[in-house]
Amino acid sequence: MNEIITTLSNPRIQQQILEQAKEHLMISFSAVLLAILIAVPLGIFLTRCERLANPVMTVVGLLQTIPSIALLAFMIPLLGIGWRPALAALFLYALLPILRNTYAGIRSVDRGVLEAGRGMGMTPLQLLFLVELPMSFRVIMNGIRVSTVSIIGWATLAAFVGAGGLGDTILSGFALVSTGLILAGGIPVTLMALLADFLLGRLEKAVTPRGLAI
Amino acid sequence: MEFLNYVVHNAPTILDLTGEHLQLALMGVLCALLVGVPVGIFISRHPRWVGPVLWITNAIQTIPSLALIGFVMIFLGLSRETGVTVLFLYALMPIIRNTYTGVTAVDSGIIEAARGMGMTSWQILRMVQLPLALAIILVGVRVALVTAVGTASMMSLAGAGGLGELIFAGIDRVNTKMILGGALPAAMLAVLAEVGIGALERKLTPGGLQPTR
Repeated sequence: MNEIITTLSNPRIQQQILEQAKEHLMISFSAVLLAILIAVPLGIFLTRCERLANPVMTVVGLLQTIPSIALLAFMIPLLGIGWRPALAALFLYALLPILRNTYAGIRSVDRGVLEAGRGMGMTPLQLLFLVELPMSFRVIMNGIRVSTVSIIGWATLAAFVGAGGLGDTILSGFALVSTGLILAGGIPVTLMALLADFLLGRLEKAVTPRGLAI
Repeated sequence: MEFLNYVVHNAPTILDLTGEHLQLALMGVLCALLVGVPVGIFISRHPRWVGPVLWITNAIQTIPSLALIGFVMIFLGLSRETGVTVLFLYALMPIIRNTYTGVTAVDSGIIEAARGMGMTSWQILRMVQLPLALAIILVGVRVALVTAVGTASMMSLAGAGGLGELIFAGIDRVNTKMILGGALPAAMLAVLAEVGIGALERKLTPGGLQPTR
């Protein structure tokens, strides 16, 4: 108990946690952002090109079965150590939920609604931006939430490839058998994940078009 | 080629660790089944508990694995128990949620019919609700097992062994063959779990619920 209190009240450690929390958020959000930039357009493309949907989903699904720590490890020979391999691995991991939900969301838009849009003289691009995307926002946002929460978790592993983040402190805690350090790294990262889950859940409700809200 | 050499030379170790890995994952999921199915049934009968129980299991799911290992380690130290406990905690959510969904999704007309035949509520549970919910519960088991097989790679950090031993040792030595030697079997186990339970699902679905071809 004493050890926990001295560790947590040490200003050097507090400083370090703050620094690592920033690193952690940076790397998680960059990975998710990149994944959104790639997966949403790709998901839309797959709904226009059904033939490719199955193979692409299978490949992305297979990536997901590789244990995350192994995926990170594979990146070392390719990209060295530091933030690059971490970002690449986290990005690959973030892809699947967003891609799958974008594809499923757009495909689930009612045919009749599309027909109506077309009947009003909408071009395909207008249909996409004015009908299909708004109607599937909720599902897409759900994918983004799932990705973000799991990426914040997996980003703790980035410490293994020298990319920093809160995992560093947890690992030092393991190495030094220090409960204080484990908690000092573990609690903020848990809070971060819970907070992201909560906030993105809110956002999910907020972006649902009024007519679709339950 | 070099990798094949490595595998051939270290086959016994890899096999041992694969067995350990599978054992960890199975133990975690088994414990979660023993706890999760009764809890899922319980909350389906006491709706007041649905919110809190699902909220807690969801929150557990959100805890990053490295942090959860650390938290559990504080209580159980470096041991197999720590590994199994962490996997158990992660497996709870899919199993409880799917048991609950499966049991509550049974058509109320069917339950009415069973009651009309004079079944007790225990009989209804055992002979009607659970068989009809089995397919959905198995989906939960599949999700739980695939996650457990994946997360089990981390459990060597908790001193619980498994293929993570090779992966982490490989990272330390920047030895790609070693990393692959741990990661490939782990990935294969995950795919196998997915396919295997998928087959079991089809087999255990009652005849009347089988999709017609």
